[in-house]
Amino acid sequence: MPKIHYFQIVAILGSIALFGVVVDFIRRGLLKEKYSVLWLVLCVAVTALAIKRELLDRIAIKLGVAYPPSLLFLVAFLFVLLILLHFSVVISILHEKNKALAQEIALMRQTIKEAGAKEREHNARGL
Amino acid sequence: MDSNTIARSRDMTPYGNPRLLVIIPAFNEEETIASVIEDVRHNCPEADILVVNDGSRDATARISEGMGVATLTHPYNLGIGATMQTGYKYARLKGYDAAVQVDADGQHRADQIGRLIRPLIEGQAQVVVGSRFLDEGGYRPSLARGAGISIFSRIVSAILRERVTDTTSGFRASGREAIAFFSVFYPDDYPEVEALVLLHKRGFRIIEVPVEMSERAGGQSSITPTRSAYYMIKVLLAIFVDLLKK
Repeated sequence: MPKIHYFQIVAILGSIALFGVVVDFIRRGLLKEKYSVLWLVLCVAVTALAIKRELLDRIAIKLGVAYPPSLLFLVAFLFVLLILLHFSVVISILHEKNKALAQEIALMRQTIKEAGAKEREHNARGL
Repeated sequence: MDSNTIARSRDMTPYGNPRLLVIIPAFNEEETIASVIEDVRHNCPEADILVVNDGSRDATARISEGMGVATLTHPYNLGIGATMQTGYKYARLKGYDAAVQVDADGQHRADQIGRLIRPLIEGQAQVVVGSRFLDEGGYRPSLARGAGISIFSRIVSAILRERVTDTTSGFRASGREAIAFFSVFYPDDYPEVEALVLLHKRGFRIIEVPVEMSERAGGQSSITPTRSAYYMIKVLLAIFVDLLKK
């Protein structure tokens, strides 16, 4: 049984806290499940590597990382990049939808205006 | 080209009277919008006019509505690409045969619209671009702007395998198919150059005709020196990404 390092405890507690916050946000409706998956996977991955010290060391040696704990940072960093990219895609999709909505409103306003004008004309003729 | 020629060419069309819509995208153009509308009414009376007001904070929409022009107002500023697209959506909804984009700053002259429309009516092209450079039109851009225009012209000409002299011209006419296409796909900002590449990829026939343009009567060019670097990069990137798309 290898000695437990502080960094493992910090990483595990940090990940569990983040996991808790994310789940709480979902519960309170502040975060959609759809956008929480990457966060939760990040927590699980960091926790798993911090607990399974041998695994972390083995992967670090394979990758040529001299100081295994820094591999935790790398994993976390890559996940954060992935999450950012995911958000950029989501924002782009929202941008398109938002534009279409605004255009639709502009077209509908005009349709309503035309209908109103037609009705006034009709009423005027009726009288 | 006088209105007689338009009337005559109408008879040659397979679908009777082509219905023509002039789309005027406007963002804070209260100084010039009235004269542009007057110009179109006077020099191109057979066309319906649509002003697309892109969330202007000035009197633009009030002026155009006051003149009895159909006016679409975006709830907030969406940019020129989305503004033109709104116009094409309207054109498609109302079943227009052709749509011409005329800028609200007064640089596009309504007496030139006939030149843009003729190739559409005669079936030579589905999109017609008015070029300031084909004729001895007399437009001499500044050195920096000229360089930018020339780079775009070379790239687009190479992609289209056809000479295009004025890729940034917003003075264009689109037929039914192009209206339908634009109402679904239209680039966001600085859309003119990219729209040509998109059209080409979809197999549209595009031609240029010489037109005369005026100096802008009011307002500022959207292309300030600080923005031109962004303009170049955005447009070039967009073109190459478009080429990679299916």
